[in-house]
Amino acid sequence: MPAAEVAIEVEGLTKSFSGKVVVKNLSMRVMKGQIYGFLGPNGSGKTTTLRMLCGLLTPDSGKGTALGYDIRTNSDAIKRRVGYMTQRFSLYQDLSIRENLEFVARVYGLDAPEQRAREAITRLGLNGREEQLAGELSGGWKQRLALGACILPQPSLLLLDEPTAGVDPKARREFWAEIHKLAAEGMTVLVSTHYMDEAERCHEIAYIAYGTLLAQGTIQEVIAQSRLVTYTVSGPDVAELAEKLAKAPGVDMVAPFGASLHVAGRDEEALEAAIAPYGREPKWTWVRTPPSLEDVFIDLMSASKDNFQ
Amino acid sequence: MSTLAQGWRSGALMRAWAMLVKEFVQLKRDRLTFGTMIFIPVVQLLLFGYAINTTPRNLPTALLVYEDNDLTRSVIAALSNTSYFHMTHVARTEAEMDHWLRSGTVLFGVEIPPGFERSVRRGDRPAVLVVADASDPVAAGTALGALEGVISTALGRDRGIPETVQSVPAFEIRQHRRYNPAAVTSLNIVPGLLGTILTMTMLIFTALSVTREIERGTMESLLAMPIKPLEIMLGKIAPYILIGFIQAALIVVFALVLFEVPIAGSLILLALLSTLFIAANLSIGYTFSTIAENQLQAIQMSFMFFLPNILLSGFMFPFAGMPRWAQWIGEALPLTHYIRITRGIMLKGATMQDLVAETLALAFLMLVAMTIAVRRFRRTLD
Ligand SMILES: Nc1ncnc2c1ncn2[C@@H]1O[C@H](COP(=O)(O)OP(=O)(O)OP(=O)(O)O)[C@@H](O)[C@H]1O
Ligand SMILES: [Mg+2]
Repeated sequence: MPAAEVAIEVEGLTKSFSGKVVVKNLSMRVMKGQIYGFLGPNGSGKTTTLRMLCGLLTPDSGKGTALGYDIRTNSDAIKRRVGYMTQRFSLYQDLSIRENLEFVARVYGLDAPEQRAREAITRLGLNGREEQLAGELSGGWKQRLALGACILPQPSLLLLDEPTAGVDPKARREFWAEIHKLAAEGMTVLVSTHYMDEAERCHEIAYIAYGTLLAQGTIQEVIAQSRLVTYTVSGPDVAELAEKLAKAPGVDMVAPFGASLHVAGRDEEALEAAIAPYGREPKWTWVRTPPSLEDVFIDLMSASKDNFQ
Repeated sequence: MSTLAQGWRSGALMRAWAMLVKEFVQLKRDRLTFGTMIFIPVVQLLLFGYAINTTPRNLPTALLVYEDNDLTRSVIAALSNTSYFHMTHVARTEAEMDHWLRSGTVLFGVEIPPGFERSVRRGDRPAVLVVADASDPVAAGTALGALEGVISTALGRDRGIPETVQSVPAFEIRQHRRYNPAAVTSLNIVPGLLGTILTMTMLIFTALSVTREIERGTMESLLAMPIKPLEIMLGKIAPYILIGFIQAALIVVFALVLFEVPIAGSLILLALLSTLFIAANLSIGYTFSTIAENQLQAIQMSFMFFLPNILLSGFMFPFAGMPRWAQWIGEALPLTHYIRITRGIMLKGATMQDLVAETLALAFLMLVAMTIAVRRFRRTLD
């Protein structure tokens, strides 16, 4: 990779709310033009981290820069160049689509805000509906409008908090095509999501649980880091087998996938010992498979829960 | 006994009970509202109970005296002894006295003419002139009624002079009710109402503006955009200045047409200072909005602020009759100054020169409110 520019670099970021630590000593680096996925269970601190990056929350400790500006002292400069899409719809419900977009264009001081809003409406495929109130849009359309408003001022960095929650598959695909196009043009995108297929479309991902960053890197790196050994077993009555395996030592994760079962463990020997009694049964076929990203995440999550308790 | 009816009743009661429990829990969580519900009524009862006085005494009075001798001194002492007149200012010229009356600095002017003592001794029966600002008929009325006894008290002290010359007093006191000689109540009330109505509507306009953004969740987006607290405030206040101005214009038109309130002074001056007053109230409402945590609190604050505005501003009860501490509270309210402005311009023909102090006070209160608002505005979600 050529010497790429850094878009986000934070170190030791920590934040607590009324004594409860929500983001713990988080460090990460995102390169310019990258699509960086941010994953983790509910309440793990994704939104909190995004808010710290754009100056909406002040970190308790730690330091960092976004687009080269200090996130503690220079949030005004960051705000001018960052588009932040909130998890909860936060445009004006009682303004129309056009009025919302014009408002954003004016706040960012763009020339010809009316024209910019019209262009955004066309890009969003909302022609003919521009006078509809934002509050009356369906959930998925609200998300698309919010994204459109974020991109309107042409920011260098996009912070998207679960932008595709509640969006249909076709619109999601279009959305990701758009994100990739923007990234190719040099925009950096930090996007939080709960969808595995979306994680796989990112250049790099970070997995955060209970405020701690557990894994980071490309998909391959994250899978490799986990040192997880996975078997896929298919055949009849796998549900029954799942129950038995879950209690066995050496098995860290059992997850049904349709008619088959993913069985995974961090310790190869222990895992093989655990499945040995069932391996000889002819009705089941056992195949050693590379772990999927989801296997890794579910494992990370259960491991961190153990630490947490 | 119908089990159906009982079932319905217990069901309805259960549901109402569920609602009641929920409301109490929510109420308990909102500490500030809970506090204001218990504490503020008591404070206001004490405040207004002690502050309001409908037969005001010790009213500020300006003196214009051309000679200093026993007789003039005993006339002044007799006036003071009524306990209604409190000599606060000494004027050198008639113009100065008029200025104080127009600006509302004093409620009365007492002029003892040159050569007063000689005229009395000669039996010329000179007149002491008592000019009253009768724009507030209540405040002026009782005091003027007490003038009757003044002559005999004054002469009783100064023995060298016969009390009466052929059964008429040795001098007379001529009353002059200015600005509202016929004591028409509406002339006094309507200019005050203009300010009171504006206060109420302007406060509510802006008091909800920030809390609304927070409650609807739009604040998160707004804070992430490159817009500064001062810019947000100006943008939120400005539209209502226009609305307030239209409101004020309507009230003035009705005051002229229906209540036949005159506008003795400049209409342009009234418009300018009304705009300042509107902006001051909008700023205060906006300040509440930045302090309150939700819309209910913002409305509560506005009401808590509105009540002293009505009671301590001189709108309902004479300002001069209140104790000193209550007057200081009154001075901190924009309405107090605006009522002096409207009564001054509409009834007394006051000019900018007469109203400099009130204008500065309004501008000061507005700037204080704006400063607090900009500093209180939370720029983060912490
Ligand atoms: N303003 C706040 N006050 C108190 N606690 C908060 C606040 N905001 C967030 N938290 C807590 O911080 C933790 C992390 O919340 P955050 O919203 O960052 O999680 P998340 O990863 O975005 O979760 P999700 O996937 O559900 O959106 C949660 O436990 C939450 O309760
Ligand atoms: Mg979140």
